[in-house]
Amino acid sequence: MLKQCEGSHAVAEAVALCRPEVICAYPISPQTHIVEGLGEMCKSGELADCEFINVESEFAAMSVAIGSSAAGARTYTATASQGLLYMVEAVYNASGLGLPIVMTVANRAIGAPINIWNDHSDSLSQRDCGWIQLFAETNQEALDLHIQAFKLAEELSLPIMVCMDGFILTHAYERVDMPTQEQVDAFLPPYEPRQVLDPAEPVSIGAMVGPEAFMEVRYLAHAKQMQALERIPQMAEEFQKVFGRKIGGLTHTYCGEDAETMVVAMGSVLGTIKDVVDEMRSAGHKVGVLGITSFRPFPLDAVREALKGCKRFVILEKSLAVGIGGIVATNVRLAVTGLGLQGYTVVAGLGGRAITKKSLHALFIRAGRGELGPLTFLDLDWEVINRQLERERLTRRSGPAAESMLRDLGTVASKIA
Amino acid sequence: MSLQPVKFYQTGTFTVGNRLLAPEERSVQANMQRTNSLNSGHRACQGCGEALGARYAIDAAMNASNRQLIAANATGCLEVFSTPYPETSWQIPWIHSLFGNTAAVATGIAAAIKIKKQKGQGGDVRVVAQGGDGGTTDIGFGCLSGMFERNDDVLYICYDNGGYMNTGVQRSSATPPAARTATTMPLGPEPGNQFGQGKFLPAIAMAHEIPYVATATVADLRDLEYKVTHAMSIRGARYIHILVPCPLGWGTASHDTIRMARLAKETGIFPVFEAEYGVVKSALAIRRPLPVEEYLRPQKRYAHLFGKSPAVETIARIQALADKNIRKYGLQARKGA
Repeated sequence: MLKQCEGSHAVAEAVALCRPEVICAYPISPQTHIVEGLGEMCKSGELADCEFINVESEFAAMSVAIGSSAAGARTYTATASQGLLYMVEAVYNASGLGLPIVMTVANRAIGAPINIWNDHSDSLSQRDCGWIQLFAETNQEALDLHIQAFKLAEELSLPIMVCMDGFILTHAYERVDMPTQEQVDAFLPPYEPRQVLDPAEPVSIGAMVGPEAFMEVRYLAHAKQMQALERIPQMAEEFQKVFGRKIGGLTHTYCGEDAETMVVAMGSVLGTIKDVVDEMRSAGHKVGVLGITSFRPFPLDAVREALKGCKRFVILEKSLAVGIGGIVATNVRLAVTGLGLQGYTVVAGLGGRAITKKSLHALFIRAGRGELGPLTFLDLDWEVINRQLERERLTRRSGPAAESMLRDLGTVASKIA
Repeated sequence: MSLQPVKFYQTGTFTVGNRLLAPEERSVQANMQRTNSLNSGHRACQGCGEALGARYAIDAAMNASNRQLIAANATGCLEVFSTPYPETSWQIPWIHSLFGNTAAVATGIAAAIKIKKQKGQGGDVRVVAQGGDGGTTDIGFGCLSGMFERNDDVLYICYDNGGYMNTGVQRSSATPPAARTATTMPLGPEPGNQFGQGKFLPAIAMAHEIPYVATATVADLRDLEYKVTHAMSIRGARYIHILVPCPLGWGTASHDTIRMARLAKETGIFPVFEAEYGVVKSALAIRRPLPVEEYLRPQKRYAHLFGKSPAVETIARIQALADKNIRKYGLQARKGA
C-alpha cells in the first residue's frame, strides 16, 4: 500500500510486519522514532505477541537481545552513534554466538565533539564485528531491507545491521510502498533456531574455546559471510517475486556501462550523486555510479566487475579512518587491485555537513581532469584549520580546539552549507 | 550367628545429606533424584565455596521449577571451571555471554519465555542469572539494577567471595576492608583494602523494593535451599547473595570453607537475612556473637593484622562493622528466645 510517512515510521511498520517477539530499546537520536513507533504498536496490541523492553543502556539492549535470541525469540533493536559504541562488547558477542538479531543503525557521527547529525562513522567502526551490514539509499529500501534482513539473519544464524542515514532518511517523509502482512508472511518463515536454550534439550552456549579451535570457530564466521555474499543477490530476487520490486542485492550501478569516472558511495547520498550524474551526462561527461548496499560482507567481485571498465573512480564516503583516510576506500581499492585504475578518496559530510550538488559537480569535474589528490576532504574550511593550528603553535594552553574553531567562525548554533 | 544392631547416626538430625528423614523434611541434595545441575568433574579448586553454593542453589531452583530452568552465567570462576568446551558440567540449558551483562541476558531469556508461552509454543520455564561479586557488584551492576527496577522475572544469584579470584585475586567493590588482594597489598600506612562506605549489594537490592532479597552462606545449606526454593515461588525480580569463601583468595585451608562461612555469620561480619519489598522479614540469629578476630585470624589475607604488633585499631574498626550489622539486621538472639 502506498503511503506518505516518516522513514522511522516506515521501518517500525516493516519490523512489526516481521512479527518480532522481543524488542528492546534505549533512546538515542536519531533512532528514537523507530522504537517509539514499535513501543506504541506493542502497547496498543497492534503488534501482538511481542515483548517490548525499555532497558537502561545500549549495552543492556544488546544483552537482552542476546538472551531472547538465544531463547529462540525473533529479536529486534535499534541504535546509533554512541549507543552502538556503548554496546560494542555485546555486538561482538551476538555475532560470535551466531544469534540472528536484526538491528537498525540510524547512522550518526561519533563524538567528541558530540554531534547528533549523520555520517557513517558508527557502523563503519564496527566493520569487523562479524555482523552483516546493509546500507539503505531510500526509505523504501530501508524498510524492505529489514524484511530481507530477518530472513537472511535467521537462515545463516548471523546478526544484521540495517544502516540508514540518521535524519536524512529516519526523519524524512517519503512515499513508500508498505507491504501487506500476507506478503511478509509468504516471504519470511517463522524462526527456527539452530541453537536454543531449551530445558527439554539442555545445551551450554558461550563456553570458552582455546587455541585448539578458536581459529576454526572464527573462520566459520567468515565462511557464513561468504555464504551471505551468495544469498544476498538471490534474496533480492526472491523478494522481487513476492513484493514486485527489486530491492537489496550487493551493489547497484547507475549509468555505469560506458562511464570513464565512477563514483562509489553508500546510503542516501547516492540520490544526490545520481542527480549530479544526470546533469553531467547531459553535458557530455561520462560519469557513472556504484552504490554499495552490502558493506559486510564486502562484495569484492561485484565491485571489481562494476569498476573494471572505467578509467578512474571516486570513493565518496561519510567516514574517516583517522591517520590513513577512507574506510570504504580501503575496501574498494582492495577490490580493484591490479586493474591499474586511478582512485580518489573523498571524505564528505562528516557530522551532517551537507553534501551539495554544486560541490559534487565541481569534485567530479576535477576528478575527470585528474586534478584531485589521493585524499580530499570535501568543502573543508582550510582557513579555520590553519588559524587553529597557528593558535596552537603560539599558545600552549590554547583551550578546547572545537570551541576555538567555532568562535573563529563566529557561528551561532549550527551553520549548514 | 550374632547380630550387630545398626545405629543410624543421622536419625533426628537435619544434616543436608540425611536421607533418613521423612521425605518432606529431606533436603534437595539428599534426594537421589536431585538433578546434579552442576555435575561432578568440573575444575573448581578443592574447597571452592562457589562450586558448593552453585550446586545447592541451582539444584534447589531446578527442584522448585519442575526442572524447567535456564541459567545465564557471568564471566568468572564459575563460568570457567564449569565448562571449557567440549566439556560442560551443566545439566541444564546454560548461556555465558559477557562479564557485565548477565542480568540483561536473563531478562531477554525471560521475555522470550513469556512470549513463547503466550503463543502456546513453550511451557512455564524459569530463569536464574548467576555471577561472582565482581560480575554483580562492579561490572554487572548497571544491568542488575535495570533488571531490578523493571521487576523482570529473574532470580539473580551472586556468589560473593570478595574479589576477582578468577583473574588472580584482585579487589572488587565487595572486598572487605583491610583485606589483602593483588591490588590492595598490605603496604603503606593503611595496609590492605581501604575502609570505604561499603557496597553491600543486598541493601542496594532492597532499595529497589523488589519482591525478595536474601543472603545466605555455604555454612547453612538448608537455609540456602529454603531461600532459593522460596525465591522460586515468587514472580518478579529476586536476589540472593551467597557468601562463598575462596581458599585461594582468602588464604584459608580447603577444609575450612564451611567453617569460615559459619564464622562470617557468627561474628556478624556477614548478616544472613531475608527481605520482602525492601523490608527485612527475618534474620538468622547469632546465639553468641564471636569476636571478629576468630574470623580474621585463620585467613592469610588478614595476616598483616596479626604480626608482631597486631593492628588493634584496624581489628576494632572491623569489629565495629560487625557490631553495626548485628544491630542493623537484628542478628543477636534475644534471651529466652
